[in-house]
Amino acid sequence: MASEAKTVEAGAPPVYHHIDPVNAYHASKLGMWLFLATEILLFSVLFSAFAVYNWMYFEYFHDAATKLDWRLGAINTAVLLFSSYTAAVAVYKAQISDNRGVVINFGISFLCGLIFLVIKYIEYSAKYEHGYFPGTSYWNSTEFSAHYKNYFGLYYTMTGLHALHVVIGMGVLLWVIGLARKNRFSSRYYTPVELGALYWHLVDLIWIFLFPLLYLID
Amino acid sequence: MGIHSYAVDEIGHLKENNYLNCDKSLRSWLFTLDHKRIALLYLASLLVFFFLGGLSAIFMRLHLYNVEKPLLSPDAYNVAFTFHGVLMIFLFIVPGIPAVLGNFLLPLMIGAKDVAFPRLNLLSLWIYWLGALVGIIGIINPVWILKYLQGSAISQWIPLDTGWTFYAPYSTSTGAGEGWGTIMMTLAAFILGFSSILTGLNFMVTIHRLRAPGLTWFKLPVFVWGIYATSAIQVLATPVVGITLLLLIVEKVFGIGIFDPAKGGDPILYQHFFWFYSHPVVYIMVLPAFGIIGEIIPVFSRKPIFGYTAVVFSSVGIAVVSFIVWAHHMYTSGMSPFSQAVFSATTFAVAVPTAIKVFNWVSTMYKGSIRFDPAMLYAMAFVFLFMIAGTSGIFLAVLGLDIFYHDTYFVVAHFHYTIQGGAVIGLIAGLHFWFPKITGRMYNPGVAKLAFWLIFLGFNVTFIPQFILGVQGMPRRYAFYLPEFEPMHRLSTFGTFFNAFGYTLAILNLAWSWAFSKVKAGANPYDALGLEWQAPSPPPHDNFVVPPNVEIGRYDYGVPVNLVAQKEVVRS
Ligand SMILES: [Cu+2]
Repeated sequence: MASEAKTVEAGAPPVYHHIDPVNAYHASKLGMWLFLATEILLFSVLFSAFAVYNWMYFEYFHDAATKLDWRLGAINTAVLLFSSYTAAVAVYKAQISDNRGVVINFGISFLCGLIFLVIKYIEYSAKYEHGYFPGTSYWNSTEFSAHYKNYFGLYYTMTGLHALHVVIGMGVLLWVIGLARKNRFSSRYYTPVELGALYWHLVDLIWIFLFPLLYLID
Repeated sequence: MGIHSYAVDEIGHLKENNYLNCDKSLRSWLFTLDHKRIALLYLASLLVFFFLGGLSAIFMRLHLYNVEKPLLSPDAYNVAFTFHGVLMIFLFIVPGIPAVLGNFLLPLMIGAKDVAFPRLNLLSLWIYWLGALVGIIGIINPVWILKYLQGSAISQWIPLDTGWTFYAPYSTSTGAGEGWGTIMMTLAAFILGFSSILTGLNFMVTIHRLRAPGLTWFKLPVFVWGIYATSAIQVLATPVVGITLLLLIVEKVFGIGIFDPAKGGDPILYQHFFWFYSHPVVYIMVLPAFGIIGEIIPVFSRKPIFGYTAVVFSSVGIAVVSFIVWAHHMYTSGMSPFSQAVFSATTFAVAVPTAIKVFNWVSTMYKGSIRFDPAMLYAMAFVFLFMIAGTSGIFLAVLGLDIFYHDTYFVVAHFHYTIQGGAVIGLIAGLHFWFPKITGRMYNPGVAKLAFWLIFLGFNVTFIPQFILGVQGMPRRYAFYLPEFEPMHRLSTFGTFFNAFGYTLAILNLAWSWAFSKVKAGANPYDALGLEWQAPSPPPHDNFVVPPNVEIGRYDYGVPVNLVAQKEVVRS
């Protein structure tokens, strides 16, 4: 009755009543790619909104961008790029039935995500101290131009939404690590590893667009 | 091959084991992974919102019947049309046909046991329920409830009154309930968008990966093509409106200027983002209805669909073009004449694939032996009403005319001919057509026909006057009007009652027949040729008793075995 997956043996693909394992693998991958397409569209709206306001308030935006510390942004870019590399290695490890390799490599990706968030937190709190943060007295004062607010508003929306994706991605990595610790993966079945890595690559990719757009427009 | 046909004939013996009675506990419904049960749960939920949305429409029309003695205050009128729009769009007709008939039929039509991701399918339903809950709270406005409990007067209650479009800057600045009503409702629309995306994604993967071996793309029924085109729009357009509504929330909560010009935002940008989704969403509503009509007309004309390939490509074509017409909603919002001309031209282009469809339906009926079953009546009404919808759409695509018609009742009438005359009639047609498959019983055809005529006549009496009002210059969304508009408003209100009564009768007839009718339908009561009619009625949990043979041509499934054999001889 239920199409609940039943584990038969370690490393074997789950059994479904409605789809065979090979097809299930392809279906999951197609589903993930479609989902990634929706994510990219989601951020495209933010990119185009940013482009419009950047064009409308050119000077303000370029000036506001100098308030960001591009070095911290660059470090974060490097951290995420490296984490994408380890995520790719994890998929390879799963394909050669090395569950320990999956745990280690996804573990490194997970830690990179954590480093990214810590650096992001440092950046946010620096902004908060300078008063470039919604709710601070400087932000609410008339000295702070509305067009700076447009910039920082989009900055927080875009980086905040991206950070949320980092958190979700870390959750996915953790879930896959848990499965790998139970030796669930093998050359016959590694769908969750591959999908998790795909999602993590997307999180990385979006940041690669965000970084020059927000930090380097000057 | 033969075994398959015989298994279907013997359903009398299999009826003890179908998707409805295999487990009757409440838990087995709420946690079901069966696409057929999920479809029915969607149907029940949608009908609730269809009823509530219809009720608010009746309040509006009653109010407009006599504005000398108004039923509603102007504020309450704003709330009523917002309620009507939000419920009908986000909670009823956007999930609409894909969630109900798509879910039920898609696996049956491609010879699969379920959709590709059954658990994701259930998750979509739960997300839909969550969105509905948040939306209802948003409409009623939680802050007001708190204040009321603290002793404020009831007259201070201003629930959501932005209209379903949430246009900035009104939506970003309205103080109703300190803005919480708007925030909750936009959040609800965002959540519902997720449900829609996941359903579309699931269906696309299902059509790609779960077709029975041998069932190639051009053997797929036209309804499946309609669902495929719809799903593509759901996946590709919904994220845009989702993030736009999220930006609206961010703007309201953090006071950041994104769409509010007072804070340096751009309200026109909101309109661009909003319509980038909300034009294609019209095709999310109506493309599956096209598919339904394409299934019904051949069956009751006893002829194969005319120009199958043209029907398929026009569905795909409409889906593609629907992404490049959005700014036709914004001719009066401020746009360069060049962009206006481009968007006008692309809008005209939509008429081409749409007209191809109408041509194909009519040609299918030409020289057919037509049987006027209720489903066929609805299908023919659909063609008629959609012609009016399409041609009035051409009026609105014309730049000069639209400046005049913009925001008048002409637009309201055009929209309702498209969505009620198209999507809702399509849904009702489909529910009647596949009722025997879903329930295993036949409905009362006499009552169904009476309901049809009430709906058809009531609908036209409601909305033809609104075309006239629009031409006379009556603006939409106004709680009051000049005396010269009164006769048409009164006529329109009359029509609404027949229309509403018709829908109630049609749905009650189906519900009554399901509960009490003794007429068993059998697997294939219409001698239809689609694959879904080869499964028993109602289908067992796994849909087909024996894996269906799809090596034969499309729409060849109901043909007796020896006839197929003959055909094969002819083909080879
Ligand atoms: Cu449109």
